[in-house]
Amino acid sequence: MRLTQGTFSFLPDLSDEQIRAQIEYCLTNGWAVSLEHTDDPHPRNTYWEMYGNPMFDLKDAAGIMAELQACRKTFPRHYIKLNAFDSTRGVESLRLSFIAQRPAQEPGFMLLREESKGRTQRYTLRAYATDRPEGQRY
Amino acid sequence: MIQPYFQAPEAEDAKQAPDPHAEPSVEIEAVLRESRVEEVLERLERELVGLRPVKTRIKEIAALLLVDKLRRQFGLNAGPPSLHMCFTGNPGTGKTTVALRMAEILHALGYSRKGHLVAVTRDDLVGQYIGHTAPKTREVLKRAMGGVLFIDEAYYLYKPENERDYGQEAIEILLQVMENQRDDLVVILAGYKDRMQRFFESNPGMSSRIAHHIDFPDYAEDELLAIAELMLTEMQYRLDEKAKRTLVEYIALRRQQPHFANARSIRNALDRARLRHANRLFASRKGALTREDLITIAAEDIRASRVFQNARGGKSHEA
Repeated sequence: MRLTQGTFSFLPDLSDEQIRAQIEYCLTNGWAVSLEHTDDPHPRNTYWEMYGNPMFDLKDAAGIMAELQACRKTFPRHYIKLNAFDSTRGVESLRLSFIAQRPAQEPGFMLLREESKGRTQRYTLRAYATDRPEGQRY
Repeated sequence: MIQPYFQAPEAEDAKQAPDPHAEPSVEIEAVLRESRVEEVLERLERELVGLRPVKTRIKEIAALLLVDKLRRQFGLNAGPPSLHMCFTGNPGTGKTTVALRMAEILHALGYSRKGHLVAVTRDDLVGQYIGHTAPKTREVLKRAMGGVLFIDEAYYLYKPENERDYGQEAIEILLQVMENQRDDLVVILAGYKDRMQRFFESNPGMSSRIAHHIDFPDYAEDELLAIAELMLTEMQYRLDEKAKRTLVEYIALRRQQPHFANARSIRNALDRARLRHANRLFASRKGALTREDLITIAAEDIRASRVFQNARGGKSHEA
């Protein structure tokens, strides 16, 4: 099951060329780009691991692309997300965020049903990948 | 006016039909006009006095980049040329000024994408403890991508007397990026000649990765005068005839004294002349000052310098 989230969730994965163009767009707007990675794809897992610090004061996409390649090399089978943070006063939040790498195999999620009080049915999602401990998934 | 539409394509066809035997060619004029090269070079000529070897090299680089552009139109590709540079020369010969200009020039020539300049010294690259240097250097390199990284006093990066110095680590990262991402950034090292020589001797890899070693010559006396006049025009002052003659004398004397720093010494001398000029106007308590009074530096403002007093006998010192 293909995990989708973020700005371009409805599009196929961006090529490196397209990622570079998006980064250029972020930089012209003065947003700080940062990279995050995880091997826990649960949709409620909002806080991924940061790869390095957010990159402020950059002028060109080359630096971020190099960092992205380094991140891919370090975590070849993780999800990698690219975020752009707008520090304008009153905004101070992410403006753009998309997945820049995903594992080759995405086993998807299992739907768990739980019997609760008074025959209430509760549902929860569990990623098949999380059967194994962190770092050994995918 | 209504054009007979059936005629136009015919005329165009005739114009465009290529002679199958003619060698395809490109117009160098068109490419020149399209880029801002000439404008940039002309500005360089106008705003920087002297520096013949520097200007020659910049012109050569400009020509190379242009020809590369033409070659690409024929599908000839030699890869991006290496443009890392090293500026050596005595204090005040314009190394930093040219580096600032270089970013602009390379941007105009279409070599660097953004054309900004990141000026750093040792402190910005080298960390204080183990593991601190690499991220610091990378951070700076990332900021400089798409533009020019200017490392002033680059010889400080390497301190041979301390074998545990982290400067070496910064140099290695620098070398790696200079080699692998040379179309992303241009590195310019600057420093005094003898010290840079020693720096390169202990880092041969660095020396060979820099294609352009440019030496900044000392200025001649007439060049220094031209610089002084350029500086004054920028500050909206001017010299009267007598003051100009005094300044010529001053330059000749000052050059023989120790700690002479070329254009920087001239700038300092002018700044002090401005002080005396202001003080003279203030002390004179003249009723109405004209615009002329406010912009004209007189001979006495320069003559009061200690350089002249020392020349008449006494210890020489920066005045």
